[in-house]
Amino acid sequence: MKTKVPIAAALVALMVGVLCTGCSTTQAVRVHPWDRGLLADPIMDPNRDALGSAMMDHVTSSREAASGGRGVGGAGCGCN
Amino acid sequence: MKQSLRLVLILAGLALGTSSHAQVKVGDLFPEVKGRTDAPAPSIDGAVAIVDFWASWCAPCKASFPAYARLNAAYASKGLSILAVSVDEDPADFDRFVARFSPPFSVFLDRGHDLVRQVSVPTMPTCYVIDRNRRVRFIHAGYHGSETDLSLRKEVELLISEKPLPANP
Repeated sequence: MKTKVPIAAALVALMVGVLCTGCSTTQAVRVHPWDRGLLADPIMDPNRDALGSAMMDHVTSSREAASGGRGVGGAGCGCN
Repeated sequence: MKQSLRLVLILAGLALGTSSHAQVKVGDLFPEVKGRTDAPAPSIDGAVAIVDFWASWCAPCKASFPAYARLNAAYASKGLSILAVSVDEDPADFDRFVARFSPPFSVFLDRGHDLVRQVSVPTMPTCYVIDRNRRVRFIHAGYHGSETDLSLRKEVELLISEKPLPANP
């Protein structure tokens, strides 16, 4: 028994496939390095108590001999 | 049927058309900088050049500027040209940064991100070391202090010692 797929359905499936490929590429969802100015703003830092966290980091790194465990650097600019 | 096929082809074309520029890689011809920035930029044709993409919000960029100033002092007289291209969206941020660091090399604002989009830098900052034939010879993604300084010095010395190749027909 042979099932015939309608051409319209095949075309719709192809179109959906093409569109989904466009959405899933990394280029489409990635914030470009030169567009990260807003992410790098200190206001984007989720930390509400920077001084307190810095003290806790200092204590933790002294006691545990591990620095940078909470993350280092600023906000989300992605600079390295 | 023909109409449906045409529709699919148009959609596929749109999907491909919206993809970004390919990244400039080692061996590629660097795009022309002249006429692409807010202020007239010198042509890099025939010169050994470093084109650096930076932003005022990028901390490693701040660290890199004194290093570029030292590089400029050592090699500008030997034919090195440094162009620092800012991707700041607000010209006031650009002005403040330039006033603070007073770089002795050329700095420009890439208004509209036309150039950086074409080059498609992988991170901030990224610098491209370009030979006399405008070919990208080395790329430094990020600034890593003395490690980057030493590499840049070696690379610049190598490129300065090279004779320019005849241009491709």
